[in-house]
Amino acid sequence: MKFKLFNRKIFTLLKVQYSNMLEYRVEIALWALSGIIPFFMLNIWTTNNLNESINISDVMLSRYFLCAFFVRQFSVVWVVFSFEEDSLMGKVSPYLIQPLNPFFRYFAQHLAEQITRFPFALIIAFFFFIFNPESIWIPNLSILLLSIVSTFLSFLIQFLIQSIVACLCFWTEKASSIERLLFIPTLFLSGLLAPVVSFPAFVKSWIYLTPFPYLIDFPANLLSGNATNISGGLIMQILWIFLLFPLFRKIWSEGTKKYTAMGS
Amino acid sequence: MVQNIIDVRNLSKSFDISSKEPGLKGTIKHFFRRQTKSLKVIKDISFEIKEGEIVGFLGANGAGKTTILKMLCGLIYPSEGSIFVSGYLPFRRKENFLKTITLIMGQKQQLIWDLPPIESFYLNASIYDLDKFEAKKRIKKLSEMLEIDEELFIPVRKLSLGQRMKSELLAALIHEPHILFLDEPTLGLDINAQINLRKFLQKYNKETNATICLTSHYMKDITSLCKRVICVHEGEISYDGKLDLLLKKLSPVKEILIVCRSEEDAIKLENSGFTVKNKIKNEITIKIENNSITSSLKTILNNFDIEDLFINEPPIDEVIGKVLIKKDYEI
Repeated sequence: MKFKLFNRKIFTLLKVQYSNMLEYRVEIALWALSGIIPFFMLNIWTTNNLNESINISDVMLSRYFLCAFFVRQFSVVWVVFSFEEDSLMGKVSPYLIQPLNPFFRYFAQHLAEQITRFPFALIIAFFFFIFNPESIWIPNLSILLLSIVSTFLSFLIQFLIQSIVACLCFWTEKASSIERLLFIPTLFLSGLLAPVVSFPAFVKSWIYLTPFPYLIDFPANLLSGNATNISGGLIMQILWIFLLFPLFRKIWSEGTKKYTAMGS
Repeated sequence: MVQNIIDVRNLSKSFDISSKEPGLKGTIKHFFRRQTKSLKVIKDISFEIKEGEIVGFLGANGAGKTTILKMLCGLIYPSEGSIFVSGYLPFRRKENFLKTITLIMGQKQQLIWDLPPIESFYLNASIYDLDKFEAKKRIKKLSEMLEIDEELFIPVRKLSLGQRMKSELLAALIHEPHILFLDEPTLGLDINAQINLRKFLQKYNKETNATICLTSHYMKDITSLCKRVICVHEGEISYDGKLDLLLKKLSPVKEILIVCRSEEDAIKLENSGFTVKNKIKNEITIKIENNSITSSLKTILNNFDIEDLFINEPPIDEVIGKVLIKKDYEI
């Protein structure tokens, strides 16, 4: 019964946030467009024949960067900025005294934004295939489903990391500065600029112990059909979620004791 | 016997405040060595509130009344002392506790800006586990009470401040809370909207026996809603009791303007032993103590030829203003 009620809350939140996101469709189209870094990286890689050093064909590399673009589109998180603003302006106060953790609102906001973003991402992919017809492929159904799961897990990891950083607002007020620090490893180690396989073996072994390669590299490799350890990758993603979730709970409960309800 | 629904004992709250000296030197010093000090904004206060009571918290800006409300609803953590609201420790924010309270802040909103208020109402209804049928029923009832049936489907950003405030109220009351914390609910509203809001709160209190804790800088909110006031001065309670007792204490005399039929009557009245404030021709203003007003007026009407008389109440804002700058009022 409790689970049913909780599901209803989340579903209503999602519905309302989706209606809200549709009000910003032009903005969302622009955001989708702003996520085309992987295509620039593809151009740099192929122009300089960098893929030869890692034994990936041009076609597989272009599929990888297209998938990296897709994974990024559906795992991008900005909760730290929203929460920081709401917290500093006191907007979070009314939500704090409702029987639902305010982070569910942000969670639904992100999911709703992803649904709104989907058609725009498809249009960009369509144009990508027009310019790279040799890259067209149809992944088999089980791989497609696993990739969707993996992308969602990647979103969960990023959401939890950013939520933990967002909670630091209770102590520092400017938690987004800490997020900027995390942006650097996310950019370089996640596989957005280069597949992790291209890193030296010693560095690679360390990178795989962090959550970063499971944000983009693993789901993108999975979807594009590049060789990857599917079960190992999924287990690592789940493991990171299990590690980050209690940490978030702890920091949230400690942080709310520090909340001063500024600006309200 | 009516039970205490709010019980506050020796409550204190301190905030860490960082200070910075002006100028470049101060900025550099502040960058390398931040100076913070603990500021006690609420100092060892105790009070109880009974179920169904409407209590006004009065105080100057920064006196601590909003901080008290925030602690009562569990938004902020107390530094010392204990608070029990409806049997719960508010800062633990237990689901059952949160379902019995609401907080409305005049300057803050929870409605989704780009969507019609009805969307926020249904969202809140599901957050408080109301089914669609029940939510619909409550929205209908409250929107009729608040007279906002037509505004439900207009995006919040297009509503006037008054309509928005009413919608905020509806969103905050959809779960029928038993305890309402209202922080300046009429802030920025025009006179008619203020009157309507007060009427609504009175009706809500009457119909549901809800307890209301209210802060406001508009004295009309306090005088028309609250029988009891708690005055807060620099984090301490300077008065806790009936509003009319406080008013009597603060303004023990009334001024009465008497228009006599002739100037001779006015002179006779001037010399009859009353405290005279001034006299202009046949008009004379006298001061009479509140407790002897009936007998004094009887004497005047029986012994003098009076054309008209006016009893001047001192402006309530002026009277209450005194309490905001003074520490102790013993009744």
